[in-house]
Amino acid sequence: MEFIDYYKILGVDKKSSEDEIKKAYRKLARKLHPDLNPNDKEAHKKFQQINEANEVLSDPEKRKKYDQYGKDWMHAEQFEKQKQYQRSSPGGGYTYSEGFGEDSFSDFFASMFGGSAGGRSKARFRGEDYQAELQLSLSDVYTTHKQTITIGDKKIRITIPAGLENGQKIKLKGYGGQGVNGGPNGDLYITFHISNNTSFKRDGDNLHKTVELDLYTALLGGEVTIETMSGKIKLKVPPETQNNTITRLKGKGFPVYKKEGVFGDLFITYQVKLPTHLTEKEKELFRELAKLKS
Amino acid sequence: MTEDQFISIEQFCLQNQVDHSFVHLLNERGIMEIIVLEEHEFIPIAKLPLLEKCMHLHYELEINMEGIEAIQHLLQKVEDLQNEIITLQNRLSFYEPGE
Repeated sequence: MEFIDYYKILGVDKKSSEDEIKKAYRKLARKLHPDLNPNDKEAHKKFQQINEANEVLSDPEKRKKYDQYGKDWMHAEQFEKQKQYQRSSPGGGYTYSEGFGEDSFSDFFASMFGGSAGGRSKARFRGEDYQAELQLSLSDVYTTHKQTITIGDKKIRITIPAGLENGQKIKLKGYGGQGVNGGPNGDLYITFHISNNTSFKRDGDNLHKTVELDLYTALLGGEVTIETMSGKIKLKVPPETQNNTITRLKGKGFPVYKKEGVFGDLFITYQVKLPTHLTEKEKELFRELAKLKS
Repeated sequence: MTEDQFISIEQFCLQNQVDHSFVHLLNERGIMEIIVLEEHEFIPIAKLPLLEKCMHLHYELEINMEGIEAIQHLLQKVEDLQNEIITLQNRLSFYEPGE
């Protein structure tokens, strides 16, 4: 367990007055408060640190103990056992409803002062919001399916709707922390990270794929079998199909989020592949063709 | 909407030790919606995180109503921009295979 320099965290020196500590804390809190820094994990972490520093340094008794035993917290634990430290309420701590539970304070703080802060006098009746991340593949989000996830020690079965976007966040109402005093539970926010495990490129609801076409099919027309997300299909290739021709297959793309049965389109780009290792006979025939064209 | 979708303003103010007028001021500025049911005032539960956020800004960071309004507006912009970044990153990965 590392020693935490609370003075350094607040940018004050050891001789600072209560007022100076309060001012330094307020200045940092205004900068780092999680409500002002949405989705900024670093700011959240720093906010926890300044909150913890303030919790100790704004309380004369805690500050005295910290100054006395801070660098040698093992002694502080012994001190703790002997004195059966009573938690006091210094006030002035900031509250934040998202993700700040018993674990909001460091192990160092817990070893010295026994558990979480005692200075939060304001009752919070709504449970904490939980944040989770889930890794899925593109094939996973092609169909709506159910998945069991573990949040804390609780298993939750959730429905993952087809058509989710990479980075999309969904809210599961009431699956966060338990409410206080009969208040509502917090919500669970899940951010989905979707990796592409297919040969398709996704652009929103549309899919793109490049298909190689041999010269003869491109020139004379024919049929190609194409793999789509929903299975193989046969496609007619018109004669004289040019290289990089794009064909749109309506409704063969990706499912549209929360629109059952609605799909984007699949765009096929034909890449005409020229034959190699020509035989003498083939070369002769191509020469004849060239003469005909000129 | 049913009653369990609302939270009583009285209960909120009592538990958080905030003044009723605070919620009313937010309502006047169009930040918070107050719903009256049988002469009692409520806010939709879905708006509770926003109300808590405004409460933190006002009572803890000492930001006045004008400041809350401006912050709320800017935070909305930040959220929109964050969503736009995700959309653009997804589009970029379309052009940069393997990224």
